[in-house]
Amino acid sequence: MKRLVLALSLILAFAAPSLAVQPDEVLDDPALEQRARDISGDLRCLVCQNQSIDDSDAELARDLRLLVRERLVAGDSDQQVFDYIVARYGEFVLLRPVFQAHTIVLWIAAPVVLLIGAGALVFAVRRRRDDSGGGGLTPEERAALEQLSKD
Amino acid sequence: MIVEFGHYAFVLAFVLALAQCAVGFLAWRTEGRAVRFVQNAAILQFLLVGLAFAALAQAFMVSDFSVKLVYEHSHSLQPMLYKFTSVWGNHEGSMMLFVLILVLFGALVAVFGRGLPPSLHTLVLACQGVLVAAFSGFTLFTSNPFWRLNPAPFEGSELNPVLQDIGLAVHPPLLYLGYVGFSICFAFAVAALISGRIDAAWARWVRPWTLASWSFLTLGIAMGSYWAYYELGWGGWWFWDPVENASFMPWLAGTALLHSAIVMEKRNALKIWTIFLAIITFSLSLLGTFLVRSGVLTSVHSFASDPTRGIVILAMLAVLIGAAFTLFALRAGALRAGGLFAPVSREGALVLNNLFLSTAAAAVLVGTLYPLVLEALTGARITVGAPFFDLTFGALMVPLLLLIPFGPLLAWKRGDLAGVTQRLLFAIIATLVLAVLVFAFLGFPVSMAPIGLAIGIWVMVGSLVEIWERAAFRKAGLAQGWRRLKGLPRTVYSTAFAHFGVGMTVIGIVCATAYQTEIVTAMQPGQTMQLAGYAVTYDSEHNLEGPNYVAERGTFTIGAPWGGERPLTSERRVYPASGTPTTEAGINTYGLSQVYVQFGERFGENARVVRLWHKPLVLLIWLGPVVMALAGFYSLLDRRIRVGAPQPARRREEEAQAAQ
Repeated sequence: MKRLVLALSLILAFAAPSLAVQPDEVLDDPALEQRARDISGDLRCLVCQNQSIDDSDAELARDLRLLVRERLVAGDSDQQVFDYIVARYGEFVLLRPVFQAHTIVLWIAAPVVLLIGAGALVFAVRRRRDDSGGGGLTPEERAALEQLSKD
Repeated sequence: MIVEFGHYAFVLAFVLALAQCAVGFLAWRTEGRAVRFVQNAAILQFLLVGLAFAALAQAFMVSDFSVKLVYEHSHSLQPMLYKFTSVWGNHEGSMMLFVLILVLFGALVAVFGRGLPPSLHTLVLACQGVLVAAFSGFTLFTSNPFWRLNPAPFEGSELNPVLQDIGLAVHPPLLYLGYVGFSICFAFAVAALISGRIDAAWARWVRPWTLASWSFLTLGIAMGSYWAYYELGWGGWWFWDPVENASFMPWLAGTALLHSAIVMEKRNALKIWTIFLAIITFSLSLLGTFLVRSGVLTSVHSFASDPTRGIVILAMLAVLIGAAFTLFALRAGALRAGGLFAPVSREGALVLNNLFLSTAAAAVLVGTLYPLVLEALTGARITVGAPFFDLTFGALMVPLLLLIPFGPLLAWKRGDLAGVTQRLLFAIIATLVLAVLVFAFLGFPVSMAPIGLAIGIWVMVGSLVEIWERAAFRKAGLAQGWRRLKGLPRTVYSTAFAHFGVGMTVIGIVCATAYQTEIVTAMQPGQTMQLAGYAVTYDSEHNLEGPNYVAERGTFTIGAPWGGERPLTSERRVYPASGTPTTEAGINTYGLSQVYVQFGERFGENARVVRLWHKPLVLLIWLGPVVMALAGFYSLLDRRIRVGAPQPARRREEEAQAAQ
């Protein structure tokens, strides 16, 4: 039994996941480290499912974290770091999509839907107000309108 | 033998569902035997699918590895609870659970819906029959859980260790109760379009089903989030993962539906829109099923994704949703607009609520599908991740949250905005004072956090204003005020507390994100770290053996800032049957805050890498939804008589006369 436990703990030592950010990765300069963490939070771990490299245990994520820190120590700006990583790993690595021709629909979809919705509401209100001017009301509508103004 | 019996019962239920929809659609105008057949068929299906499910569960619990599904997803050493939850911890079994809940709702409608107009009742059950036939057929023909293996293997594989948790017993059933519950609203919408009868009464009949489904979905999503938080081990609680989005979109649409149905019920307005939302909500649930099961997306949830199944689901989706929307397009024009209202009114506020909620649902939908569509069209691969959703979704939620306290105070038909603002003045001042106090206590971080906190407090305080006003303690005195409180309709309380819960969640999210403390370090045994006032001491580590796993366990002692020490353990496990490693985070709860410890790799000679978090008020993130769901259930109680069984006025009068 003891041998089994020993064997299993060996498996454990090799198979168990490593942690995300490791202490030996952390930069000495806290400001630089914070920038590294922020950038890592916006970069995708390529072998995981929708995880940032900051959260991921994967080996590749660790490599990327080190790369980010290396560039920061070398004096790159945040944008330069992103450009550097994208040049190597492609746009897929960005958790926050860029704002360009091919992503314009993505970025403006929500505002446009909101505007269309709001526009439709304003239109509906206007039309109703015009109707209440008198023309083209059915008797029920007129009754409803009177009811409304009574309350 | 029992398994074959269950298989047979399931086939029978499928055939019965086909008969139910055929008879239902042919004979909905009639009364009598055909109608009774449809009702009895719905109840019988529940019994049959219940038997089939029990047979499958029995195979799992006795570890009958001659059943292929049991062999693939269970193991004789698993604790009994996980043997049972293994039933739905896989694709085939979870489809069984889906169908079981579908027929459960069908049976409930059959039993409690006897007060509905017979034609509507029959039509709803006929639509429900279509759904049952579609999903049980899908299960039987593409994902049959009853297949045997010959010869039977001696030992099973194993349930995915990440799923071996009490969370699997709670999260999927609740989520499915929500998803599937909206099928009833869908069936009601289609039935209303077919029969052409859409009025305030319809909204009243649909309301309890919407409320119940919404409450279950709220709980299901919250429990899933808490499960991910403690199980995945890096302290995140929402990842904007496509599969999370798949459950969140129906929730957003369902919340909009809940509110627009109120307008329809009270004022007979927004009819077309409410019907549209009822269809959309369930369509989004189906879309979620498709995304998760088809292999289009990869995620922790997509067990056994298979392209052929995906195509079948897509076809079902196209037919069901397509038919519903065709019907909608044909019939919606015939609906007459109902009650009139001024822009500034309770109705107007609810319309705004719907505008923001449905835009939010659209934003999440676009964000989830955009990478798929873009890759299909241009081949370009992009990621739409948390930063995108935080930004777009957050921007849409801010105005909605600010408006929440106004809604319930505005009068129907025509409201008085200035008056309402005046009534909210106390809440506005209270919010500012509280916010200032909080910042004085916690410090003023250089971010958006203070605004978020203030919004959360505003929603909480503002939600209670209506109750406070109705009690009128100052005018009426304590005793009279208390009596008034007891006399208030339950819906007033449920509205207030559901909104209060929203505020709780907002505060939890802001605090746990902006005020959290995180330390990543290597610790020697005996070493102590200071974490936001808590003293975290790493005592020792040892190996241990669970029923079906081995683990390294780190033992810690956490000293609270106000004194007192409590132990904490955090583990790294390996499940030898599949060789899968998992982490078990160590969590100590202090009030609503938590200390979260992740136990990492060996570091040097005998040190360990540890990741420590202090997450202030983090429990509010999940307590908020619990309060919201309880509020939903509470208002269901209010309508005890009406829950699915509204009595026609005529019958009630007759009863009143009989009583006299």
